Amino acid sequence: MKIALFIPCYIDQFYPKVGIATLQLLEKLGCDVAFPLEQTCCGQPMANSGFASLSKGCDVNFVKNFSGFDYIVAPSGSCVLHVKEHLKDDTNPKEAEHIRNNVYELTEFLTDVLKVKSLKAKFPYKVGLHNSCHGQRGLHLSSMTERMLPEFSKPEQLLNMVEGIELRKPKRNDECCGFGGTFCVFEEAVSVKMGKDRIQEHEVNDVDFITGGDTSCLMHLEGLLKRKGSKVQTIHIAEILNSLI
Amino acid sequence: MTVKHADLAEKFIADEPRTDWHDETLWFVRAKRDKAAHGLPEWEQLREWGSQIKNRTLSNLSNYLIEFEKNALANGIKVHWASDAKEHNEIVHEIIKKHKIQKIVKSKSMLTEECHLNEYLQHHGIEVVDTDLGERIVQFRKEPPSHIVLPAIHLKKEDVSATFHEHLQTEKGNNDPQYLTEAARQHLRNKFVESDLAITGVNFAIAETGGFVVCTNEGNADMGAHTAAVHIACMGFEKLIPKAEHLSVFLRLLARSATGQPITTYSSHFHKPRPNQEMHVVIVDNGRSKQLGREDFRNSLKCIRCAACFNTCPVYRRSGGHSYHTAVAGPIGSILNPNLDMKANADLPFASTLCGSCSNVCPVKINIHEQLWKWRQVIVSEGYVATGKKAGMKGASFLFSNPKMYRLIGKVGRWSMRAFPLMINNKANPWFKQREMPEAPKESFRDWYLKNKKNKS
Repeated sequence: MKIALFIPCYIDQFYPKVGIATLQLLEKLGCDVAFPLEQTCCGQPMANSGFASLSKGCDVNFVKNFSGFDYIVAPSGSCVLHVKEHLKDDTNPKEAEHIRNNVYELTEFLTDVLKVKSLKAKFPYKVGLHNSCHGQRGLHLSSMTERMLPEFSKPEQLLNMVEGIELRKPKRNDECCGFGGTFCVFEEAVSVKMGKDRIQEHEVNDVDFITGGDTSCLMHLEGLLKRKGSKVQTIHIAEILNSLI
Repeated sequence: MTVKHADLAEKFIADEPRTDWHDETLWFVRAKRDKAAHGLPEWEQLREWGSQIKNRTLSNLSNYLIEFEKNALANGIKVHWASDAKEHNEIVHEIIKKHKIQKIVKSKSMLTEECHLNEYLQHHGIEVVDTDLGERIVQFRKEPPSHIVLPAIHLKKEDVSATFHEHLQTEKGNNDPQYLTEAARQHLRNKFVESDLAITGVNFAIAETGGFVVCTNEGNADMGAHTAAVHIACMGFEKLIPKAEHLSVFLRLLARSATGQPITTYSSHFHKPRPNQEMHVVIVDNGRSKQLGREDFRNSLKCIRCAACFNTCPVYRRSGGHSYHTAVAGPIGSILNPNLDMKANADLPFASTLCGSCSNVCPVKINIHEQLWKWRQVIVSEGYVATGKKAGMKGASFLFSNPKMYRLIGKVGRWSMRAFPLMINNKANPWFKQREMPEAPKESFRDWYLKNKKNKS
C-alpha cells in the first residue's frame, strides 16, 4: 500500500508540526508514506473565489505529484473535498480520476481504510472538537444535526481511543466557525463574529484545547483566541492522536 | 455595485448584543425545525419526494401551466400572464382601476415584494395595507421585510412598541406583546372591513384542479379574501404542483421546515370565486424562464419559500436580512438574485462560507451551497469582480503552479513576517484587524522532511 502525504500549502508554511504529527502517526500505524516534494496547493483558494479557471496549473501540478499512489492522505478536510470534487487534468484524466477517488482526509483514512481500533496515545486534557463543515457536510466525517440520520463521528471515534482525554461538546455541535477561505477577509466582520461565537461555547465548557481536522478553521480560531488572550489553545487532531505526553 | 453585503453586515454586527439576540432567535427557530423533523421517521423520504415532484414539475412546466390555466378558467377564475414585474404591477393596477377601488389589503406575498407592487400602487394613489402582522410592522417603518417568513424578525418588542406608539397611538413604552398584538388586531380588523379588494400570494397552485392554496398562521389571507369583492392571487410560475395529492407532501414539509409547526394554522384552499366575487390569478415569469434555462441553477426554482436556509445560515443569523439588499435574502436569495441582476447582486454568492447547512435543511433538496459556488464562477467569468481580487488570484495561480517560486516566496514571506511583523500586522490587513497572524516558523514542513526523512522520498 503506497501512500502519498498531501500537506496543504498553509500547513507546509505555517503549521509544519501538523504535517509532522500526521506523518509520524501514519508511520506508527505501519504505513509506507512518501511526501512528493514538488507539491504546492490544491487550488481551492482560487476555485472558491470564483476563479476555478485559474486553478489549472495547480491541478496539473497536483496530478504530477500524486500519480501512482494507492492512497493520498491529508490532514485537511477542506483541501481533500476540493480535490475530490474539482480536480481535473485533461492530459491525464485517468490519473486525475484515480486521485479523486483515493484522496482521504486523515481521520476517515484511519477509521475506514486502516480500520484503526486502538491507539497508543495519551492526552490528559479537556478538549472541544470543532467539526469543520467541509469535513463534516462535505466528506461526511460525522452525522449532521440538520439531517435525520443515525449519529456517528469518525474524529470522535478516534479521540475516544486516546487515554486521559475528556471530550466536551459545544452547544451547537456543528456550526461553522466562519473561516470560509477568502470569506475570512472579504467578509471580515461576519467571519470574526462567527469565530467568536464558536470560541465562546468552548470557553463555557472550560476546555484546554479546541481541536479539529482542519487547520484553516483552527488558524482562524487561534488568531481570535490569541488576540483575546484566552487560555484556550488550538491543536490539530493529528497532534492529539500522535501524542505521547 | 453600490451596496455590498459585507459592508451592511459590518454595520449590523456593530451592535453586538443585538446581533447575538438575532442569532439566538433564529437559532431557536432552526432548533424547532430540527425537533419537528426528528418527529417524522419518514422525513428524509418526504424531502426526496418533494424534490422529485418539483423536478418533474419543472421538467414539464409548460404543460402543467396550460393545464392549470384551463382548469382555473373552467372554475371561473380569471387568469393573467405577466412576463415581468412591470407587467405584473400593471395587470394588478388595471383590475383595481376597473373596479374603482381605493382600499386594498394584501397578505404575505414575496412575489409582490420582488415586483415592488406596493410602491407602484402607492405611486398611483392607491393605499395597500399589508395584513401579516410582521409585514404591517415593517410597512409602518418603511422598511422591507428582513426574512421571507418572519418579516420583522430583526425587530425587538421595544421597536414594535415605538412603531405602534407612533402609528397606532399605543401607550408609550408598553412592550407587552399581548397588548401590542391586540392593537394591531383592532387596527387590521377595520382595514379588512373597509377594503374591497384583497391581494394574496400563492403557496401551491394545483394543475389538475385549477385551484390554489395559501398558507398563513394569522388567517389574514382568509380575512382579506372572504370580505373583499375581488381577490387577486399573485404567483411566480414555479408555485405549480401537478396534483392535489402532492399537497400531502408539501404541507407537511413547509411548516415543519419554516417554523417547526406540524402544519400552518391556516392552509386555505381556493378553487373558484364566491357568487358575486371576482377571482384573478396573475402568473408571473420575471426572470424565471431565464433561470429555468440555466442548467446549473434551474433547480433553485424548486424553492417553496420556507426560509429554513435562512434560519440555519450562520451568516444570515449574524448579518440580518437587510444586508442582502434584495426582496429574498438568505442563501436561497443569493442563488436567485444574481439571475435577476447579476451586477447588483454579484456580492451575494460570496456572502457564504459554503458550510452546506442550507442544502441539508432544504425540504426540496436544492443544492444551494453548490449553486453558490457555481454562481461565483459565473460572476467572475462575466467580469463582475474587483480588479484587485482578480490580480491577487492570478498571482496565487502563478505561484502555486511553480513549486520553486512557491517555496521561495514562502520562505521570504515567513522571514519578513518574523523580521518585520508590522509589514503584515497593520490596518491594511483585514485578518489582523481582530485576529493575530499565525506564527511564521523558520522551517516549512518540506524543510523538516528533507532534513529528517529525505532518505524516504
